[in-house]
Amino acid sequence: MAEPIIRAQQVEKYYAQPSENRIQVISPTDLSIQTGEIVALLGPSGSGKSTLLRMLAGLSRPSGGEVYWHGAPIETAKINVSIVFQSFALFPWLTVMENVEAPLKARGMAATERRERSEKILDTVGLDGFEAAFPKELSGGMRQRVGFARALVVEPEVLFMDEPFSALDVLTAENLRSELLELWQKKTIPTQAIFLVTHNIEEAVLLADRIIVLGRNPGHVRTDFRVATLAHPRDRKAPAFTQIVDYIYKVLTRPDVMPDMPKLKAGRPVRDQRQMRYEMLPHARPGGIAGLLELAIDFGGRTDIYRLADELAFEIDDLLPIVDAAQLLGFLRVEEGDVVITPTGREFAESEILRQKELFREAALEHVLLLRQISRALRSKSDRTVPEEFFLDMLDEQFSDEETQRQLETAINWGRYAELFDYDASRRRFTLPEEEETAKSVVEEGGAE
Amino acid sequence: MSGLFKARYTLSRSQVLERTWPFVLDLGVAAGLLACFYAVLLIARYWMSGAVPEVVISLRPGILPVYAFYSVVRIGVAYLLSLLFAVGYGYVAAYNPRVEALMIATLDILQSIPVLSFLPALMLAMMALVPSRQLGIEMGAILLIFTGQVWNMAFSFYASLKSIPRELREACTINRFSAWQRLWQLELPFSAIGLIWNSMVSVAGGWFFLMICEMFPVGDKNFRLPGLGSYLQTAANEGNTRAMVYGLVTVGVIIVLTDQLIWRPMIAWSDKFKFENVESGDRVTSPILFALRRSNVLATLSRRTLIPLSEKIYHDLAYRREHQQKTPVKAADERRNTLLTAVVGLALVMMVIAAAFHALLLLKNIHAAEIVLLLKGAAATFLRVNVSLLIAMAWTVPVGVAIGFNPRLSKIAQPIAQIAASFPATALFPVVLLGLMKLGAGLGIGSIALMLLGTQWYVLFNVIAGALAVPSDLREVADVFHFNRWQRWKTVILPGIFPYLITGLVTASGGAWNASIAAEYFSLKGQTLMTLGLGAQISQATYQGRFSVLLLATIIMALMVVTINRLVWRRLYKLAETKYRLDA
Repeated sequence: MAEPIIRAQQVEKYYAQPSENRIQVISPTDLSIQTGEIVALLGPSGSGKSTLLRMLAGLSRPSGGEVYWHGAPIETAKINVSIVFQSFALFPWLTVMENVEAPLKARGMAATERRERSEKILDTVGLDGFEAAFPKELSGGMRQRVGFARALVVEPEVLFMDEPFSALDVLTAENLRSELLELWQKKTIPTQAIFLVTHNIEEAVLLADRIIVLGRNPGHVRTDFRVATLAHPRDRKAPAFTQIVDYIYKVLTRPDVMPDMPKLKAGRPVRDQRQMRYEMLPHARPGGIAGLLELAIDFGGRTDIYRLADELAFEIDDLLPIVDAAQLLGFLRVEEGDVVITPTGREFAESEILRQKELFREAALEHVLLLRQISRALRSKSDRTVPEEFFLDMLDEQFSDEETQRQLETAINWGRYAELFDYDASRRRFTLPEEEETAKSVVEEGGAE
Repeated sequence: MSGLFKARYTLSRSQVLERTWPFVLDLGVAAGLLACFYAVLLIARYWMSGAVPEVVISLRPGILPVYAFYSVVRIGVAYLLSLLFAVGYGYVAAYNPRVEALMIATLDILQSIPVLSFLPALMLAMMALVPSRQLGIEMGAILLIFTGQVWNMAFSFYASLKSIPRELREACTINRFSAWQRLWQLELPFSAIGLIWNSMVSVAGGWFFLMICEMFPVGDKNFRLPGLGSYLQTAANEGNTRAMVYGLVTVGVIIVLTDQLIWRPMIAWSDKFKFENVESGDRVTSPILFALRRSNVLATLSRRTLIPLSEKIYHDLAYRREHQQKTPVKAADERRNTLLTAVVGLALVMMVIAAAFHALLLLKNIHAAEIVLLLKGAAATFLRVNVSLLIAMAWTVPVGVAIGFNPRLSKIAQPIAQIAASFPATALFPVVLLGLMKLGAGLGIGSIALMLLGTQWYVLFNVIAGALAVPSDLREVADVFHFNRWQRWKTVILPGIFPYLITGLVTASGGAWNASIAAEYFSLKGQTLMTLGLGAQISQATYQGRFSVLLLATIIMALMVVTINRLVWRRLYKLAETKYRLDA
């Protein structure tokens, strides 16, 4: 096989901590981008998709390993890449024309040539007549067209896209996707490869020749397979299409098991997620979990996640944490890409609020180490208060600062709902709720008599 | 036929309109350019003349335009210096993690030091530097104003740089922007709005200090610079009410003109730098900006000079980078660099320590009695500053909230408050003092009035802004549930304006400390009035040329301001940022 355009060899990313441990974001990974392919990178949030993209594009230096550009280390190579950003990243104070001209200006191109090239690319992406407009005057879809024009005007060898369609509404995104595919297939643009980060499984299957799925904690490649058997334009209803979509769903929802993909080669062996002392709490609210369970009952207790997401008009990234949370609490099981409600889950969904809280409390204490610890610590202390820092320090060992905060937030959210404890935000400490304390003391007094 | 004629008529008519307007404008612009040329000539001739420390200040009204011009030039030069410095300082601090913390801490302390204490030392140093020229005194005054206005601008620029969204930065990197292009297309536009608002505050501060430092005595030397400040002070000394009124009117006219000709167009122009995704309906408009945008001369000028120049710069930068070998930094080079930094850093630290030691030696010959007096003074000034803050709060909070909740009123009142805040309180001091003395009040009370005069506006317009920012649905909640007045204030209004109130009070507190130097010690009608206070002690030490007392008093004041900032304001700020944030 010819030398790939970009080859990453054992690249990894970690952040050194003041203490001995470091936070591993991406474990050593091999990856390459070949000429003529669209590669889609999928993965749950926190799996380091964007970080990997930035290392490949030369924006971020890997903590270990090396990225090669046509065989030469990327620091010394002359690379020609562009990025299309999720937030568009346009300069609001420059006109559409000036935005597109800016990269050419950076390359020292003369004014007339610059103008000519920009006009041409604006024409290609369908922005004819908008040269003098400011980005804030345009709709989201038009703005991302400017983003595409700015990325394509330098005729990049590799085009990177970081969730380029996720800030757009469904129709606009669909439209832009097919236009991009057309430019690519008709070779209107001289780009040699496209690298797309997305959380939308269908989008990946629609566009990509090759799909890579990442797992998290730390980020690693779960599976890397070719979709080249499907011809463009791809039909979402075709069995082969839905098969691939289902397969990816399974990979994403079952972090501990590798489902079979008969026709495709399997990914690398997967490391054990339960090595960690704390399970990663999915950032879902109790109300959301209850809602999901009720919906699952409406579907007869078993339904396809894919269908559920569709029903709710949810992006899978928004739905997955709720499914994960329900699964963690033992309210749901995920089988073959289907969610199946458990007896406790059913009872939870059908109970009134106080009973719900009780069930939630039991489930949380049984399955969530952090909540168990907080609860125990509170009960063992005479003043019935524990400072937040106590748990922050323990979580810090395992999660990044940001994730630690989010973990704690979720734990507080769940704990408050379950009435396991109260949280005093101004003094940053956990306390036991008063009712329980008095109830307990009554019991104790009664016992003493 | 007639239709055709009419069409042609309107066409030609519109063409005439299109043509005449810009032409008149161009004449105006050309005249402006000529005037600039002459002004530079005038200033140069005056600055390069021999030193005339005892300039005689004339009280003729006819001389006022010239004096006003001199004062404006001082402010302008100081402001430009501040802008350059602020951008440089903010840039270095934001991009050099090694020195970032130190630079920001320095900024914080420098912001708190009473600028006026530096006046004598600065003047004497500048006189020594440029001995026989008027330029020396001028530079002293300009540098003083500079030190008064630069810090908040530097901080604003730094904060803006730090808050640029990551994806915009990445867009610059991936598209290989040079530092130059990034500065002009990302960093400056992104920070423009903050810089402009801070510039307004800074220039207002500049006027405040200019009024004082154009005329002041140090030991046996009497420094005078012809300008509005010296005019007003001379008028006050002589008790010439008519001249005082002339002077004040001139100051007022300049403030209003600056607001209309510079700040409003700037604010209207900066609207395009708003980092927002939707177009906002309400915006400042400025006819001046509109006119400038349509001027042919300016457009041609820019097409002929600025644009080719920038093209050349971009081209050269790209050429240089293309022909630069990309080589990874060698470890040995890196080590040598670190070593060099360490050596230079060490030398700097040694120099600073030596200088600080010498300065502290000065403090040796201060009697214990004087120290006690200074501490008493500090307590008195502390009391005055806080009383002035309380009074300011007592009237600005209800008034500001009333204005902010009434959109029609706020449209009128906000620009007025803005202008009032820009009006240098120091210019009003003599008038207010004369009035108070007629009522039988001493300088003890008078100085509180003066502090109030200088600082209440910051509180007022921050409260107005806060009241405007209280979401209407919160107010509707209060209406629906029939909150009584107390409940309404406690649960809706006060928490809503809290972050803004704190911002206003911090600014006002700093201003009041600085004002104490000018307010507690004043010469009026040929006699010197003073009261017990740290500010008065600083002024008196300046007047008597007692540098050791001056130094100690300055240190005490700086320490107090920094301590209060750390202990009180910073905590309240944090509270405002977390608990009382409305947009979270």
